[in-house]
Amino acid sequence: MKKVITGNQAVAYGVILSRVDVISAYPITPQTTIVEELSELTASGRMKTVFLKVESEHSAMAALIGASTGGVRCFTATSSHGLAYMHEMLHWASGARLPIVLVNVNRAIAPPWNIWSDQSDSLSQRDTGWVQLYCEHNQEVLDTVLQAYRIAESVKLPVMVVLDAYVLSHTSEPVEIPTAEEVDAFLPPYCPEYTIDTQEPMAFSTIATPDHFLEFRYKIQKAMEQVPEIAKKVNDEFRSRFNRGYGAIERYGKEEADILLMTSGTVTGTSRIVVEKLNRKGYDVCGLKIKRFRPFPVEEICKEIKGAKKVAIIDRNLSAGVGGIFAQELRASLYSREKRPQIFGFVSGLGGRDITPELIEEAIQYTVDHPQPEEEILWLGLKK
Amino acid sequence: MKKMEIPLSENLGHGHLACAGCGAAVSMRLTLKALGEKTVMIFPASCWSIIPGFWPYSSIRIPVVHAGFVTGGATASGVRAALDIRGDHETVVAVWAGDGATFDIGLQALSGAAERNEDFIYICNDNEGYMNTGTQRSSATPLFAWTTTTPVTKPKENPKKDIMAIMADHQIPYAATATIAYPEDLLRKVEKARSIRGTRFIHLLSPCSPGWRIPSEITIKVSRLAVRSRVFPLYEIENGISYTIREEPHVVPVKEYLRLQGRFSHLTDLEIEVIQENVERTWERLTRKASLKLK
Repeated sequence: MKKVITGNQAVAYGVILSRVDVISAYPITPQTTIVEELSELTASGRMKTVFLKVESEHSAMAALIGASTGGVRCFTATSSHGLAYMHEMLHWASGARLPIVLVNVNRAIAPPWNIWSDQSDSLSQRDTGWVQLYCEHNQEVLDTVLQAYRIAESVKLPVMVVLDAYVLSHTSEPVEIPTAEEVDAFLPPYCPEYTIDTQEPMAFSTIATPDHFLEFRYKIQKAMEQVPEIAKKVNDEFRSRFNRGYGAIERYGKEEADILLMTSGTVTGTSRIVVEKLNRKGYDVCGLKIKRFRPFPVEEICKEIKGAKKVAIIDRNLSAGVGGIFAQELRASLYSREKRPQIFGFVSGLGGRDITPELIEEAIQYTVDHPQPEEEILWLGLKK
Repeated sequence: MKKMEIPLSENLGHGHLACAGCGAAVSMRLTLKALGEKTVMIFPASCWSIIPGFWPYSSIRIPVVHAGFVTGGATASGVRAALDIRGDHETVVAVWAGDGATFDIGLQALSGAAERNEDFIYICNDNEGYMNTGTQRSSATPLFAWTTTTPVTKPKENPKKDIMAIMADHQIPYAATATIAYPEDLLRKVEKARSIRGTRFIHLLSPCSPGWRIPSEITIKVSRLAVRSRVFPLYEIENGISYTIREEPHVVPVKEYLRLQGRFSHLTDLEIEVIQENVERTWERLTRKASLKLK
């Protein structure tokens, strides 16, 4: 069934179709309509879902940590300050190896107060041991929620699904909503390996000495390393069932080009138009969408770089003192390669300023015109 | 009061790491007897993140979930939700939190859960300070007490927070105080809590021999004097309104309680008088509330 729904409604459909057992959440703009939608959908009692309307985001994640330890499927959604407030518990969820799924609607962090799109919230949680998947459109949002549970429950790591504020969260698009039967066939009920059982008592998240702690973290790294293969398998199966899918990255436009334009989130949608236009004008440029940020798709990107001499990457986020975070990860991934393209790291659209086709064109034109970037951070659309 | 039998079951095993004379170890042993084996216990950060033992061992013979410092109320809400989804309405969810995790850093999560009347027993194991980190002041530390952050040159300036009043005002079905010198009373209250649904709160006073600067063999004696001096009265509050106070037949001056403890050894007679007045005022407030009970 096709429906015209917002990104936040797409999240809610994904959650309901995933037959989530426990939802725990707290309102924050622009995530709030997810919580509202889920409250409506769970209020009727048709679903068995327990919705804990907790008093903070910290408690939202803590409650899910309790519920997930109790062996059931869990969900929460948040944004910006809410995600930052959860920070401690994000570490706890991955450390306890709990397959919780969280949707974060990207929003800037204050001050100054700003409720618009900016990836700095989710990207500043990059070291918490969560898988991070960014979405380009509302269909991808719904589908990624379904895939997220498969990935999380396979590798025993939490997964964060990320979408842009307003551009997706509050914008309606036609979305194909799969039937419950179709989703049930793709996503079986969660069967935890260990859980709370009074017949077989266990202690969870017990203190570990320096003799053991390193090995616990090693295992998390090993689980992360499994993600590319498992996510690919999950996506392949998804594609065979639903006739659509999304890789960790996706190349569009020409097969190979001198310049590669890298983007994430909704900026990719705009970039597709720009790349097509510039290709018609004879520019040697192709596009690369990055969906999976953590683990960073190093192998996949290296394969797609092919003969590209320059990479233009647009970051809607900022790690002050360094620059764009995607650019930073990209530089680190390419360092050990023999042939390294020049990286043009653009920072743009912070706090929800539109990244327009004109700005993207400007970025590409700059990349064409310069053998190497004049500065480490190239500010795109900055008012001087 | 009816004589009661203390269950023989032991769910706190050998090899735990509590200090000699630890009041909380006695509290835990008794509480586990009353809770029984169909219980899961949640430990926000406290001495009890360590006492049960290091991975892969645990000296507690029921399922245990260690949790973030502030998260007692929230983690318990989640565990309860999971058990309910699984159709297990029988297993008791209990939180065992220190006074720091209850009076201070975890108060928000506890208040949120109590307002939602989440179905669990929250046990505050109160040793009146951050003992696991080396005896720092908490809002449960009594007036004029020494701690490592309230040195004798500037001891604690404020009286202890009235956590029972706060919990009672959430109108939860059951709240009670208990301490180890009165094991039958403690067991009866935990058993009563177990028989009720909704948020239940037990405030346990557990003397801490290193933190209170008392010899390890007088833990029980100090616990008893806390009650006799009315520093820690034993009472229950049902539904936020119905009070039952255990009248202490042998009331002693607060001085008898204070003088046993090194943390109060710097007190002048005048300061002891102020504490005495404070205790009397608190007692009066409690009995006044109890007499307001709706008939």
